[in-house]
Amino acid sequence: MNTPLLSRPVGRRDFLKLTGLAGGGFALAFYIRSGGDAAAASAASATADFTPNAFVRITTAGKVTIVSKQPEMGQGVKTSLPMIIAEQLEVPFKDIAIEQADFDLKKYGNQGAGGSNSTPNNYDNFHLVGATVRTMLVEAAAQTWGVPASECRAEKATVVHTSGKKLTYGQLATKAATLAVPEKSAVTLKQPKDFKLLGTRVAQYDTPAIVTGKPLFGIDVKLPGMLYAIYEKCPAFGGKVVSANLDQIKTLPGVKDAFILAGNDKLKELVPGVAIIADSTWAAMSARKQLKIVWDEGKVATESWEGFVAQATAKAAQPGERVLRKDGDPDAALAGAAKVVEANYVYPFISHANLEPQNTTAHWKDGVMEIWSPTQIPSIGTGMVNRVLGIPPEKIILHLNRAGGGFGRRIGADYLIEAAAIAQKVNAPVKLTWSREDDMKHDQYRPGGLHFLKGGIDAKGKIVAWKNHFFTFGEGGSPGSGGSLGADEFPGRWIANYQADQTMFDTGWPMGPWRAPGGCVFPWVFHSFIDELAHAGGRDPLELRLEILGDKDEMPAGTPPGGGKAKGGGAPYNVARMRNVLKFAAEKAGWGQKKFAKGSGAGLAFHFSHRGYFAQVAEVTVTKDGELKVDRFVTGADIGAQVVNLSGAENQVEGSVLDGLCVLKSQEINIERGRVVQGNFNDYPLMRITEAPAKVETYFLSTNYPTTGLGEPALPPVAPAICNAIFAATGKRIRQMPLSRIDLRWS
Amino acid sequence: MPKYTLQVNGQSRSVDVAADTPLLWVLRDHLELVGTKFGCGIGQCGACTIHVNGVPSRSCMTPVSTVGRMKITTIEGLAADATKLHPVQQAWSELDVAQCGYCQAGQIMTAAALLKDNPKPTDEDIDGAMAGNLCRCGTYMRIRAGIKLAATLTPATGGAQ
Repeated sequence: MNTPLLSRPVGRRDFLKLTGLAGGGFALAFYIRSGGDAAAASAASATADFTPNAFVRITTAGKVTIVSKQPEMGQGVKTSLPMIIAEQLEVPFKDIAIEQADFDLKKYGNQGAGGSNSTPNNYDNFHLVGATVRTMLVEAAAQTWGVPASECRAEKATVVHTSGKKLTYGQLATKAATLAVPEKSAVTLKQPKDFKLLGTRVAQYDTPAIVTGKPLFGIDVKLPGMLYAIYEKCPAFGGKVVSANLDQIKTLPGVKDAFILAGNDKLKELVPGVAIIADSTWAAMSARKQLKIVWDEGKVATESWEGFVAQATAKAAQPGERVLRKDGDPDAALAGAAKVVEANYVYPFISHANLEPQNTTAHWKDGVMEIWSPTQIPSIGTGMVNRVLGIPPEKIILHLNRAGGGFGRRIGADYLIEAAAIAQKVNAPVKLTWSREDDMKHDQYRPGGLHFLKGGIDAKGKIVAWKNHFFTFGEGGSPGSGGSLGADEFPGRWIANYQADQTMFDTGWPMGPWRAPGGCVFPWVFHSFIDELAHAGGRDPLELRLEILGDKDEMPAGTPPGGGKAKGGGAPYNVARMRNVLKFAAEKAGWGQKKFAKGSGAGLAFHFSHRGYFAQVAEVTVTKDGELKVDRFVTGADIGAQVVNLSGAENQVEGSVLDGLCVLKSQEINIERGRVVQGNFNDYPLMRITEAPAKVETYFLSTNYPTTGLGEPALPPVAPAICNAIFAATGKRIRQMPLSRIDLRWS
Repeated sequence: MPKYTLQVNGQSRSVDVAADTPLLWVLRDHLELVGTKFGCGIGQCGACTIHVNGVPSRSCMTPVSTVGRMKITTIEGLAADATKLHPVQQAWSELDVAQCGYCQAGQIMTAAALLKDNPKPTDEDIDGAMAGNLCRCGTYMRIRAGIKLAATLTPATGGAQ
């Protein structure tokens, strides 16, 4: 049951806005200046840019509804963010209904889910909203009873007077709707020591629907009269359709139409292809088997991963195209070092492999494009529909469905624009479903990379020099997402004689953000190499890392060569937090206390990203046959003062640990002649339960810093911690991903 | 097109579809039972797992013409009593097993079949039985815990066929 909100123009000076409900009761919309905090917003000047961000509704029947504006893809925001409001509002969480918002820039502002930003960007505001609504309900009760508000308190969706009188929120809703919204100064926030809900384990709101198989995901959308589409694209990136046997396809059972879309010449937007529209998914898939397309494969069909690897190897010793950072005199320091270690690291392209294949449903009717899509950043999809199809923004409706995994893939909106472009040619709602092969062969991949490293240590094993020639992959002249090595990337800034060079291969391959872009690769290389240097100098890997971090509590953002702001870096680094969480994780794991038999060992790594400080310790066993088992994996996490939903938080960390392990073990997209070799889970294996660690332990170190997100920052140290443990166990240094290419046998 | 009368979740359901149509798409497109999920289409991921005469089966690889009058159970019909949850569903809810949730219908169907055959599975039994079901989000530790919890909840009669 959706009680409609009576929308009113947004007052520029309003922070919270009351709205009467059609059936009685009240709704509170809150408006937050984009990027700013609520405090600034409530007292902001008339020129401030206000955007409405969410709604709380309370009906006279006492039903409390919270609208969740961010898309849900398994990261848990549909549960965790409303928990914040429920805590301050004093309503039992089980009594709250949560509705997924449609995309609406004017109502909700930024609705994108990515970059682990949903929690930090909404945390303070959601507290204030819950507390403000509670304050108004208390005031409504106080006025009703003719008593001071200070004699009333809220608990369990009821306001209680010191005399014992009670009124439920439902009974107070009509009165509350007549009150002015209080200033922030008149609102008392419930303090962390009084929290009853935050920090506890709460099952996801959608759990009942998930475990009973209710329609929930984008792929589950069904509309009256809906047709089903498949869309075949050129196997080689950038290829175009010359011709197709459309007339024959149209005669096949169940097929309603077949046509060519020319595309818009953008690699990650509307890619050229052939659409088949049928009365069922299977009819469309069956007709596809008869499809004969003549492609113009274009120039990308000459590009191969192996070719680029050969070029990189040939150029490794030369200076890079760009110097990303240079401190001191690395060449002289290497020449004077007691010991020099050289090592080359390589990691492949990988796919996101969301278990729910890309899909979108679209209906083009009377000049309006209505879309249902599991998408991470809705404004990207609607922007693309506007730009590519020329449909004005006010004629685009986008409903957000739960997504079967995000991992960054659904930040792209290629599937969405395909569905919309197809729908424009079909006189009915149409659901586009990608096959697994479409999904794997037309992803926006995490770029691979190669690092040619030299490190120098002095007689005491201290790192005195670091040089890296990094080869990355780009599209359209700049590195793919996560393929930019920041000038500030650790250990840049910490080593006196440091140089990072970059050479980029410009390709025609689509690349996009993959969970913790950059962080999912660079720490693997650098924490593995630090480990090599530690062992070369006879140093304990933990102790050497603490020496690198040093005594300073904060490392300011660095300045790249030539001045200006460091690209892809530039974040001040709270060294004290990192040191503390590193010691915390080491202590939890019992670092250095255990004796391991040959074939077993421990390794560690740390990383700061997405505003979170993470250190991890892996304990592994490698059998003589070369089988890797992760016996125990310990994470120390500093994401600030407050874990919101402990169950969800642990799930995100556990998921990151398994994701990092899975990538390390087996994931590899090989590109030959401009096309992806792999096509399904038989040749792109995901990790199975048999490979999952026996024990994954997560410990949160509560610190006096703002609460931050968890979708990504637990992933980066996973692979290096495991590889360092493999070295400790076997003496084998892993310099290539995935492990499926490496012989781990020992005797 | 041939007409098939299927026994789904205790009901007779008739569909007009091509003989080679996988049960997965019959359920999803024709019978409005979308809890069974499409993941790979080649029997690799297990997201489409249903029970055919109580045996966990990959519906993406099961042509409708091969099913006859065998009893098909989907996630929607797993609980014997529609007003209650099957012990596995109950355990999944209690332990908040899901992340994105997309694979979980298949996981739950496989787990329910395991517990029916083996009411007190060991860790090894669990890994062996569940190895065909992929979870991209990495909920395997909670799946193990969920099965162990469900084992303590399983009533003697078990779930529906």
